Amino acid sequence: MPTLLEIKEIAPAFKQYVVETPEIARKHQAGQFVIILLHDHGERIPLTIADSDAEAGTITLVVQEVGKSTMEMGLMSEGDQIEVVGPLGTPTHIENFGTCVCVGGGAGIAPLLPIARAMKKAGNEVISILGGRTKELVILRDEMTQASTEIIYTTDDGSFGAKGFVTNALDRLIEERGKPDIVVAIGPAIMMKAVADMTRPLEISTVVSLNTIMIDGTGMCGGCRVSVGGDSKFVCVDGPEFDAHTVDFDLMMKRQATFLPEEQAARLRFLENHECKATKGAEVK
Amino acid sequence: MGRELTKKERMELPRQSMPTQDPMDRIKNFDEVALGLTAEMAITEAERCLECKKPRCVDGCPVGIDIPAFIHEMQEGDFKKALAIIKMANTLPAICGRVCPQEDQCEQVCVVGNKYKPVAIGRLERFVADWEVAQGGEIVMPERQPETGFKVAIIGSGPAGLATAAELAMRGHSVTVFEALHKPGGVLVYGIPEFRLPKKIVEDEVGNLEKLGVEMRYNWVIGKIASVQELFTEYNFDAVFIGTGAGLPYFMGIPGEDNIGVYSANEFLTRVNLMKGFNFPAFDTPVGMGRRVAVVGSGNVAMDCLRTAKRLGAEEVICLYRRTRAESPARLEELEHAEEEAIDFRWLSSPVEIYGNEDARVTGVRIQKMELGEPDASGRRRPVPIEGEQYDVELDTIIMGIGQGPNPLVTQSTEGLELNRWGNIVVDEETMMTSIPGVFAGGDIVTGAATVILAMGAGKVAANGIDTYLRETVRVSKARTA
Repeated sequence: MPTLLEIKEIAPAFKQYVVETPEIARKHQAGQFVIILLHDHGERIPLTIADSDAEAGTITLVVQEVGKSTMEMGLMSEGDQIEVVGPLGTPTHIENFGTCVCVGGGAGIAPLLPIARAMKKAGNEVISILGGRTKELVILRDEMTQASTEIIYTTDDGSFGAKGFVTNALDRLIEERGKPDIVVAIGPAIMMKAVADMTRPLEISTVVSLNTIMIDGTGMCGGCRVSVGGDSKFVCVDGPEFDAHTVDFDLMMKRQATFLPEEQAARLRFLENHECKATKGAEVK
Repeated sequence: MGRELTKKERMELPRQSMPTQDPMDRIKNFDEVALGLTAEMAITEAERCLECKKPRCVDGCPVGIDIPAFIHEMQEGDFKKALAIIKMANTLPAICGRVCPQEDQCEQVCVVGNKYKPVAIGRLERFVADWEVAQGGEIVMPERQPETGFKVAIIGSGPAGLATAAELAMRGHSVTVFEALHKPGGVLVYGIPEFRLPKKIVEDEVGNLEKLGVEMRYNWVIGKIASVQELFTEYNFDAVFIGTGAGLPYFMGIPGEDNIGVYSANEFLTRVNLMKGFNFPAFDTPVGMGRRVAVVGSGNVAMDCLRTAKRLGAEEVICLYRRTRAESPARLEELEHAEEEAIDFRWLSSPVEIYGNEDARVTGVRIQKMELGEPDASGRRRPVPIEGEQYDVELDTIIMGIGQGPNPLVTQSTEGLELNRWGNIVVDEETMMTSIPGVFAGGDIVTGAATVILAMGAGKVAANGIDTYLRETVRVSKARTA
């Protein structure tokens, strides 16, 4: 089973894991993801791959602790082992489009990193717009700076970069410099929807990466299905990237809430049981 | 044993019926429904066999078990020997004894069945397999032949893959099974529920294969982590068997199918069986089933969904099928068990629209009443809508159990692999070799969704094909390059 080699807290409730998994590292391409399982009572959760190192045989996962399983993962130690399957999903279509704007929000910055890097390597001018609620939640700034030709930050509270949303920055960018050749937007569904709504009338080709409920990740269960251009598509095999202008974001957001009551209850139960350990972890830091 | 019974006496012995959990008890648990014969019952049942000189039952068995020979040993009370005979042809007897449709196979052609009820061959097979486990000691497996030095990759650890792996390992080949999920068994673990096939049995049988020298690799999605070609070039396998099954869920294509509360049978069963969602929150995966549940379809998978929903505590469980009970593709035993468990069967009923509320949660379904018209290509009478006869039912969960297609993950990532128009792999029926030399396939990925034993039968045929290929073609080419 793959071993967690390195665990680092990169922002409040954000941890970065370097996982030893040589075969996945060798095959990983930008846009792909893995599914992990912490233990035999666990649930299978899809996580995007933020980075990979074929030589070292490792992949990097950036995980926001939002629910029971991600919080539980946060309590694991270096040397612990988890189940990892991947690389799953269809890789990003990379070519020299010209100017590529990479829009990332919150945890969505992690999967954006390998895409920005690949786009730049393919010869694109890569302008990244990264946003978060507050400065410390705009993650992977150094890595994204390297992967981009130019970088723009926004925060909801104005603590870093321009005050406002990534869409405000995108709007300004388009106004000042004209239409880019392609936009890649990854972040919360509401952010991706806002980007799609902005670029659709301007006919700027826009790609989003969707993160839906999944179990097997191989097209077997159909739990991840989304409506794209009126057709039902499986995010795990047909995606995770789709043409932003044809995704039914409203339905997707509703479907993401399928297990909301169960998720909230599990989170609360976990916090009650692990209050002691979690506090200890925070004190050490 | 006492005096030899005459043929007539044998046939007049009553067929031993399977002890089962009471329906009203069992709908409250996930324990196995069929409890298994006692030793005494098993010997009595064995006595019913006439030991025909030209046994038709063996031809009726997709894996060719020497049925009269193993039953003869049972008559003598030598269960160990009986099991050894079965294992020569079938290394997974505890599974097959439970899920094979014997009534369409060995038991259908049993001579005793001409006048009386056929010998309960499946129950006997299950009995001896369970007997060995109950004894506690070492599980006896057929002997492995001397190492050949050939390496075979098996893609998928479902019935086809496991059968192929077992057969090749016995012949001395080095076998590695690549499974996409974190547990072995394919449909045996994600699909078939605990109450029909306890997962412990699958684990045990896979453990037996490991004792035979089969290596299991989990979380390996071939087509992603390595292509079929790379299994040859990077991982040095000499032959590859594709047994990836019918893991692509079909939906109806009616309005409202993306609402929350509409599941594929695969998703519903995977949540419950593989991820143990019936035991949420002790296990982390929720099922999310509501109180009023409909399952569309009437095959074995639909029966599994209906009976699972009942056990999860649904107040109302409805089966919607567009034809009648007579055309239902489920095994009779499954259908009867479901009927005993108070499932509300609505024959000649086809959903035409699923309703949802503003949160996209299912609120109900519109049902079209059907009638049977002229026979279609399958020979069954085609269901046709009765004009103006539609009605609504309030529901919160709908499970689509209308069939599965071939999972395209491996087939689409393998260049040069010939598929038919449904996406199934085309093979030479004698060797099970595909259009790519050295690549073989069998089970549902070739035939479309069928049964466990047919997949295992195909696996055995493929193992023969692979063995010949290795010993003839690969040996020669290796000798040339050496």
